[in-house]
Amino acid sequence: MIVRTANLSLYYHKFQALKNVNVGIKRNLITGIIGPSGCGKSTLLRVFNRMNELIEGARITGSVLIDEEDIYSPTHDLILLRKRVGMVFQRPNAFPLSIFDNIAYGPRVWNISDRKTLQEIVERSLHAVDLFDDLKDRLNDSALLLSAEKQQRLCIARLLAVEPEILLMDEPCSALDPIATGKIEELMIELKKKYTIVIVTHNMQQAARIADDVGFMLLGELVEFDTAKKVFTDPRDKRTFDYISGRFG
Amino acid sequence: MTFRIGPRTSQIIAYTILLLMTVIVVVVLFFIIFYILRNGVGQLTLEFLTDKTREMGKEGGILPSILGTIFITVFAILIATPLGVGSAVYLVEYTRGGMIRRIISFGADCLAGVPSIIFGLFGFIFFVITMNLGWSIVSGGLTLAVMIIPTIIRTAEEAIKSVPHSYREISYSLGGGKLDTIIRVVLPTALPGILTGIILGIGRAVGETAAVIFTAGSSLGLPTSVFSSTRTLAVHFYILAREGISMPKAYGTAAVLIIIILAINFIAYRLMHRFIARYY
Repeated sequence: MIVRTANLSLYYHKFQALKNVNVGIKRNLITGIIGPSGCGKSTLLRVFNRMNELIEGARITGSVLIDEEDIYSPTHDLILLRKRVGMVFQRPNAFPLSIFDNIAYGPRVWNISDRKTLQEIVERSLHAVDLFDDLKDRLNDSALLLSAEKQQRLCIARLLAVEPEILLMDEPCSALDPIATGKIEELMIELKKKYTIVIVTHNMQQAARIADDVGFMLLGELVEFDTAKKVFTDPRDKRTFDYISGRFG
Repeated sequence: MTFRIGPRTSQIIAYTILLLMTVIVVVVLFFIIFYILRNGVGQLTLEFLTDKTREMGKEGGILPSILGTIFITVFAILIATPLGVGSAVYLVEYTRGGMIRRIISFGADCLAGVPSIIFGLFGFIFFVITMNLGWSIVSGGLTLAVMIIPTIIRTAEEAIKSVPHSYREISYSLGGGKLDTIIRVVLPTALPGILTGIILGIGRAVGETAAVIFTAGSSLGLPTSVFSSTRTLAVHFYILAREGISMPKAYGTAAVLIIIILAINFIAYRLMHRFIARYY
């Protein structure tokens, strides 16, 4: 268990977005979080790297432990946490910079300025997302000229460049077509050898295809959490059954 | 039977009126530039540009005024840019869009509309007399800086606000702190907009007369230090024309001023295009 929450609740001002969530994320697995829009799945994801703090009025109760260390304790280093726990967003959102500078962004923030080291990191990160052969001669081109799929790959490469342990993915394929989606999914399965992945998706087939563990959320509550096989074939809760069989959502 | 204008006719009428308005604006603008240049270009010899001014401007060139204009403008921009951009960053990134920000933004808007002679008077009382800086490049530059800061703040504020929020989120998610995010993501992305404000500021500073005459004086010697009194091109032109010293020289000076302003705008436009074209 690399990430664990204990009685986690989250409020935006008075609105309770997460209700007493207890979840355990296992190392080197892909954990999928599914549920209808507004159920709190993205919110839960953003708890793990404390991105929800950027929203005014957000506060949590309960605890979130990574390697049994409370990431919300006042002494916990937020910047280091964000390095360990990286995030891929819904839309491919490369900076309006060159391909090289996009990937080098994180390392530069971490005070790596040696050109040769940066070059190595950029190449290694591009290899990891299988973009290197494609882009090796175009590293100085604008990243915004890439297709959506390649931009999303680039965003993952940019994330890998800071050497995280946990990758949070917030509907990373929702802006992509089915073929591109398939390629990103293959990449995720490849990446789980080295990283722990938590993916939020509204696409149940996607969760069924790639996730090892699946959590189903509804109205801020984690209704069910189990292996993907169990959740999709033999759910314990009626609400889960209704959702995966398409009764609502 | 009532007379009605069909949609097609009204389209044509609207199009004609709008076209006419544009033509009027463009013609007037080009006429002014053409008129000044036609009267002034004859004066533009190398000697006129590189010689000292003699006999109050009746003879000789305008080198002291060219230098005075450059020094004062550069001084003003060097002061105004960091202060203006810094304030804009503070307003957008560190105040949460509350009362303070609205009050300061409103104040900046008001200040940007204050007639320059008021700034001149303020500069005269505060910089020239109270701070005892005298009529000098420093006083003139500081006064112009105060005058153009509001413009820089407002344009930089808009530019920084228009940087997509997602850029900030990515930066934070990669472990970037607030300062990293501002320096590496927000400012570079907002750069074209910020530059626009600075260029507007330069334009205003170069062409300014009232505020400078009060604070930098109208001395015709070559400036020897930042505490020298000096005369900018705009002031020189004003005095030449107003005191009837030499209309040809006045037009020559005006032509130089116009060419400088056109050149600044042209260069800035090209620079900005290059910045934007690079990555979009």
